[in-house]
Amino acid sequence: MTDIHDVRFGSAGPAGAAEAPFGDQARGAVADGRAGDGVGAVETARTGHAAGAAAAASRPELLSRARDELWQAVDARDELTAARGVFDLLDSGLAAEDILLEVIAPVQHRVGAEWAAGRITVAQEHAATAIHDRVIAAMAHRATPIPPESDGTGRRTRVTVTVACVEGEWHALPARILAETLRLRGHTVDFLGAQVPTPHLIAHLHRTAPDVVALSSSLPTRLPTAHAAITAVQATGVPVIAGGAAFASDGRYARLLGADAWAAGAREAADVLGRGLPRPHLDAARPAVDDLPHLSDQEYTMVSRGKRQLVKNTLAGLEQRLPAMRSYGEAERERTAEDVAHIVDFLAAALYTDDARLFTGFLDWTGDILEARGVPARVLLPGLELLRQELKDFPRALDFLAQGGAALHGRNPRPTAPGPGAAA
Amino acid sequence: MTTFEGSSRRSRGLVLHGGASWTQAPYPALVADRAGGVVEVNAAAAALFPGALSGARLEEVVPAWLADAHRRATEDGGTGPTAAVRGRHQELTLEAHPAAGDNGDVVWWLVDDTDRVVAETALHDERERTAFLADASTRLLASLNVDRCMEVAVRMAAEHLADAALLVAPAAGKRHPMAASVRGSSVVHTTGRIDPSAVPGLSEALQGFPPVPSRWIDPSALPDWAVPEGLDGPVGSVVVTPLPGHGVPAGALILLRRGETPAFDASEEVFARVFAARAGVALSAARLYTEQTSITATLMVELLPPKLRQVHGVEFAGGYRASRDTERVGGDFYDVHPSTSPDQETFAVLGDVCGKGLAAAVLTGKIRNTLQALLPLADDHENLLRRLNGALINNRHARYATLVLASVRREGRTTRLRLTSAGHPRPLIVRHTGQVEEADTSGTLIGALPEVSARTAHVDLGPGETCLLYTDGVTEAKGGPLGDVLFGEERLRAALAECAGLPAEAVVERLQMLASEWVGTGPHDDIALVAITAPHGTHLTAVDGRTPGRYTA
Repeated sequence: MTDIHDVRFGSAGPAGAAEAPFGDQARGAVADGRAGDGVGAVETARTGHAAGAAAAASRPELLSRARDELWQAVDARDELTAARGVFDLLDSGLAAEDILLEVIAPVQHRVGAEWAAGRITVAQEHAATAIHDRVIAAMAHRATPIPPESDGTGRRTRVTVTVACVEGEWHALPARILAETLRLRGHTVDFLGAQVPTPHLIAHLHRTAPDVVALSSSLPTRLPTAHAAITAVQATGVPVIAGGAAFASDGRYARLLGADAWAAGAREAADVLGRGLPRPHLDAARPAVDDLPHLSDQEYTMVSRGKRQLVKNTLAGLEQRLPAMRSYGEAERERTAEDVAHIVDFLAAALYTDDARLFTGFLDWTGDILEARGVPARVLLPGLELLRQELKDFPRALDFLAQGGAALHGRNPRPTAPGPGAAA
Repeated sequence: MTTFEGSSRRSRGLVLHGGASWTQAPYPALVADRAGGVVEVNAAAAALFPGALSGARLEEVVPAWLADAHRRATEDGGTGPTAAVRGRHQELTLEAHPAAGDNGDVVWWLVDDTDRVVAETALHDERERTAFLADASTRLLASLNVDRCMEVAVRMAAEHLADAALLVAPAAGKRHPMAASVRGSSVVHTTGRIDPSAVPGLSEALQGFPPVPSRWIDPSALPDWAVPEGLDGPVGSVVVTPLPGHGVPAGALILLRRGETPAFDASEEVFARVFAARAGVALSAARLYTEQTSITATLMVELLPPKLRQVHGVEFAGGYRASRDTERVGGDFYDVHPSTSPDQETFAVLGDVCGKGLAAAVLTGKIRNTLQALLPLADDHENLLRRLNGALINNRHARYATLVLASVRREGRTTRLRLTSAGHPRPLIVRHTGQVEEADTSGTLIGALPEVSARTAHVDLGPGETCLLYTDGVTEAKGGPLGDVLFGEERLRAALAECAGLPAEAVVERLQMLASEWVGTGPHDDIALVAITAPHGTHLTAVDGRTPGRYTA
């Protein structure tokens, strides 16, 4: 555990995963060389001759070059060049939706990946995000939504939608990209931004009565909060579409928590809303336990409520076991405590969803982060072992901790050659 | 169960061990042979089926369902008498129980369960109505939005009570908001200048008077606006029922049925009123909530933290989190007053009023207003604070406040700041190197003492450097991984050091995120942050979210 405090996942959380929500599918589309789905094609056609030329000739190359240029501009914190590049793409006839989902979203994803690989700092990540945010705001003035009659299909419904991030979710960009995509598709969008407390969201719904709420969350540790938000929104008679890395790549946690729909990305979400979502069935009050019967064993409640004490005890145990830790300063000790707190948070989320993969996935991801910084993933093992002793009366928690330990043991030792930003 | 083992050839049929008493049994019984001929009937059965004499053809004297059942029970290869059958005979509902007699005869015992069926039907209907009302309440009360509430009410009415429904709300001005629904299609909202007296009973209903009986309303006399679009064919019957609200009428509900649908009977009219009562309460609660939120929103507008943006080449960004998540305002505040031209100073202020919640927020509003009035004096911060102190100390409702003032002007690549703290945590400056400094300013808090003094600091920012104004909600945030540690100035400085070169929004967002994660789910004070940042190199002016143009270099 000697060096784990060098890793700053404390505040940013799994940023690699975090950039994916509602924008993630763009990567897939780009990676396998698809030139865009049906909607993209419709839009390309709509934009006329310039679009035709750009799209027909060398669309994949155009997009790939655009991504490289945007990445360079963002990496150099050069907002002007970043914006100019995006405006040139608009001028060349590329549809705004394609720019959002096939240029900006993948570059933002790369920002997360570069951080995970230890090549850029958290501050650089924030700077890049801020630039993307401003560029999107500027684009919003330029790109006009599809007029009602011209989408050609004639069967899309236009809805009013409120887009919000779950309370405690600070990664607003994916939700922002979703909001812009929906706006471009002609929907009426209220974008409430990052970290919306559920009482604010509900008050907003009573005031505006949208057709649907799109809820974004990237951190699986926010799933219990997301569940409360989903239930509360549905209780007002409004359906919820969930999106973001927190809900897993196959949306299984969205289904588990009773969301009315789930979308892998902004395009999928726009398609779902285009087909319309029925109002949720109202069961006067639906307690969480109805969706998640395993919660009745109280393990989630006990672990999340006893988190502080768990962290304290585990920290004390680590100090006993690892003599090196006794010489830690205040700051190093605190970072180690933060790391333990994160492990407990993810364990609690795994207990809430009753899915060990949530926990093992987190440990595996943390292993990658550590190894990118030259720290073997095995440093996590003593902490897990101590937690097993603390939680010996909790069979599900013990099982997850055992699976987590096995996942760490089973990792192939990876080359630990950190990039230039290893100290990030 | 009766058995027939002892029957003899001499007397066919039902001459049992007990003699002929079956003929006097209160339950009708009849015996029929395999060929479908009546063998014997008892007195009760004879009364029920007058033609059923010995030798008569069964199908000619009893209802078809019974004759059919007999045929099934006696046909070749059949299983003989089996289960009971039911059917109607005149006004009665009968249950017929077959039993085997001699020579393949079948004895039919009949039970008149008319009353039970009537009671069961009534119970079923009542249960359905109760379930419907419970469901209606749940759905009607789910949303406090007036339009949504009207929508739910007419849709439910059109689906369960009528073929179409129209809800007319009390006039807002001269126009009545209306929602119409035809079963199976979506709800249509309209507003119209209508004459309610054109529909019999509507103006009375809108005033909350009891409804006129449906039979008094002539469907053909309805004005066009009262018949929802999409209701095909002539209207057969109409019910107009008031929606009683909390003391005041919440509107009226018009229920319409097509010509071929049976007209509303009395019990349906009563039930429509019961439903309307629930809809009215829900609608009136929604209307009350809407009025209250609109009043609150109007009053709150001045108290909410403003949206900040770039001013004359300097970035301003603010972040606010009230101590309670249900509130949007509290005792912390900030404001930025852009100068009219780039060569003048833009004035920013961030402060903290003693107290929390709405009461404190009201005082922040007064301070913000007073400060705006005192803007012309912003050249001399100490003088401005003295005037502000004078205004507050003479206000007996006022509590004390701490604040920090910043006057900002950009000169070429340098951004010049004058910073003055009045009893407030000193602003922090992060240099592009990541070094964090404290502005050398101090002063007395405002609103407590008759005399105040303050010392102003002069600070220059280079490109990428930020000056942070913050309230002690940040440094006094309690939490962390161990749960009981203050965030403290050291952590704030360390976090700020990492923000060198970041845009103002990113600085605020990062610090807000760190402080929020530090407190976790625990209690915290109001938290306010303002970052004043000299942009990193050339920046877009177009992307402050206001200018419609492209970009300027």
